Amino acid sequence: MNIWDFEWTFEVLPDLLGGLWTTVQITVVAYLMALVLGLVISMARRVPIFGSILHFVMEFIRTTPLVMQLVFVFLLAPSTVSGMTVGVLVLGVHYSAYTAEVYRSGIEGVAKGQWEAARALSLPAHRTWGAIVLPQAIRKVIPALGNYLIAMFKDTPLLFAIGVAELLTEAQRVGSADFRMVEAFTLVGFLFLVVSIPSAILIRRLEKRYVAV
Amino acid sequence: MEQINFLIERLPRFLDGAWVTVQLTIGGAALAFVLAMVFGIMGSVGHWLPRAVSTIYVEVFRGIAALVLMFWMAYALPIATGFQLEDRFAAILALGLNVGAYGAEVVRSSINAVAKSQIEATVALNFSWFQRMRLVVVPQAWAQMLPTFGNLVIELMKATAVAYLIGVADLAAVAQQLREATGETVVAYSGALILYYLIAQVLILGMRLLERRANRKLGRIPSGGQGLLSLLRAPTIGTKVGVAK
Amino acid sequence: MSPSDTPENTTAPGVDGDAAGHAANNLIVFDQVVKRFGDLTVLDHLDFGVAPGERVTLIGPSGSGKTTILRLLMTLEKVTEGHIWVDGEPFSHMNKGSGMVPASENYLRARRKRIGMVFQQFNLFPNMSVRKNIMEAPVNVLGLGKDEASQRAEELLELVGLGDKIDAHPTQLSGGQQQRVAIARALAMRPEILLLDEVTSALDPELVAGVLDVLREVAETTDITMLCVTHEMGFARDVSHRVLMFDKGQIAEAGHPDQIFGDPKEERTKSFLKSVLESQ
Repeated sequence: MNIWDFEWTFEVLPDLLGGLWTTVQITVVAYLMALVLGLVISMARRVPIFGSILHFVMEFIRTTPLVMQLVFVFLLAPSTVSGMTVGVLVLGVHYSAYTAEVYRSGIEGVAKGQWEAARALSLPAHRTWGAIVLPQAIRKVIPALGNYLIAMFKDTPLLFAIGVAELLTEAQRVGSADFRMVEAFTLVGFLFLVVSIPSAILIRRLEKRYVAV
Repeated sequence: MEQINFLIERLPRFLDGAWVTVQLTIGGAALAFVLAMVFGIMGSVGHWLPRAVSTIYVEVFRGIAALVLMFWMAYALPIATGFQLEDRFAAILALGLNVGAYGAEVVRSSINAVAKSQIEATVALNFSWFQRMRLVVVPQAWAQMLPTFGNLVIELMKATAVAYLIGVADLAAVAQQLREATGETVVAYSGALILYYLIAQVLILGMRLLERRANRKLGRIPSGGQGLLSLLRAPTIGTKVGVAK
Repeated sequence: MSPSDTPENTTAPGVDGDAAGHAANNLIVFDQVVKRFGDLTVLDHLDFGVAPGERVTLIGPSGSGKTTILRLLMTLEKVTEGHIWVDGEPFSHMNKGSGMVPASENYLRARRKRIGMVFQQFNLFPNMSVRKNIMEAPVNVLGLGKDEASQRAEELLELVGLGDKIDAHPTQLSGGQQQRVAIARALAMRPEILLLDEVTSALDPELVAGVLDVLREVAETTDITMLCVTHEMGFARDVSHRVLMFDKGQIAEAGHPDQIFGDPKEERTKSFLKSVLESQ
């Protein structure tokens, strides 16, 4: 038996690309969720007492394994809820614990004088936040947020643990069926690089553009 | 109450699993540290060849998730080479290679951030490259690396949990086995999660101690006062943010 | 209008212990105001008043509490003890039942818009054009229509000599230009009281004159009440009706600018003026 069977490789490629597409979809939806939820959390954390509790919960989420959170929620969820849904929700919440910290650092990075100027002009809270603080804070943290998009993409193989048909799961399925593990898992690694290296380059560009200004 | 009894009765099993998790964390961190230093320093030198080798290592092993690497080590490697790695060793190798790639980037950028005047001073003193690195550059870059290393160690510890998927009997595996044996999902998984949380807290404390020592060596007085209690306070703003996961 | 034509009393109102303050004809009254930051006492039982339309310059060594007075009036800080009154109404506090409690945010918001402030570091909003910077508060606080606010922005920019920069971005302007925009932004709220906090201290020397000319123009053409912290003694002499010399959180000397600059009575005033003149 050859170590590498090219014919087989081309045969299973559509299955793997299907898995990759699922991976990309999950990443995009969960990421959007993390972007919005993280912002909400970063602001909710400023509320006394409730904010402290929230801080602890987020710290707990950040310091415990994502795969355990996925499996735990999957087991607790009613059987009508698909692994895909659980995957998106847990990924989204897990990463919002990180994006919340990013937003927080961005908000703290806005010069004190900006707050004072807003106050001196008697601006209402929604304008101070919406027109002055957040636009400046978010602009500064765009590269950091972008890094978490790539990080999240690389965490999607964990959805294997709850049986979602993403890239790794598909590779495991077709690979074990034909006992072609070398091709299957090498292809997975290759496909990951095909997506993550160009996106890393893109983020670096973003970084130059936004940090330089 | 019943659930607490359940936890207490099974504590030895949880602790067995936690011990494996700690082993994976220490093994993975040690490998990652060596790789990070070697490839990070290679990435900071002038010659193109070591730089290229470093870049390839970083981009490849950072770009592929630890779990994918682990599956490759556990299932593809034996077929390709005939070597069957022990599960735990495969897990450590995958984690070390993956986190080491992130670490190499940290090492490289910290070395590059050492003031140019310091390098010039070593040239004026006629240090060899090796002396310059060992005596001046690395000690100064060290303090800057540590906060990010701390985050990487936590991420590595969290990533060890996927090792149960290739059959390692770690804390995650214990949770799964207890659930399957007893049906107590909530207790089994929250027990494991709490232990993971506690391990993380110990790691965070340890890293802060290291950070403080490094800063003291450089004559920078740590903010937030002295004493062990001050370690419990959150680190300075920003050190937790923007970490490559 | 030169200082000598002031309709107001040129004696220092409030300074000599009109404790209740608001009974007098003063727009702003500080009544036994204490401000501490931790152990540091910045203002120590301070009493003074400012009449409507009066322009007062606060001078004194750094750390003497001048800027804190402006920041208290702008409600960027809270008083530790004592009360501040504006136009007969409590400003640091509000009436509740029979007593007084520290002012709530809502209470302050309703009153704060009568006061404008220009900062040392300009504090323009970098994510908005010059026009948007000026329009922001009139539209969102005073409820002006966009067209009206935009027109007001244009007029004010003409006044500060930057009519052609209306669609520029703050980062494209020099420090002096940014500060003139900041003045226009504060004036767009048509405040009764304008606070100027070392508005030329962050500027390169050659840009100072342009900003001061704009402020002279504002002083001559309006009856806006001004409180000004500055090290520009020439400007203080030209524009103000009264100069207050601060030292260690208290007023060391108060008087007409001609007297303070020409014939200071207090030793502290003399030595302070000497050190300022030497450094300039």
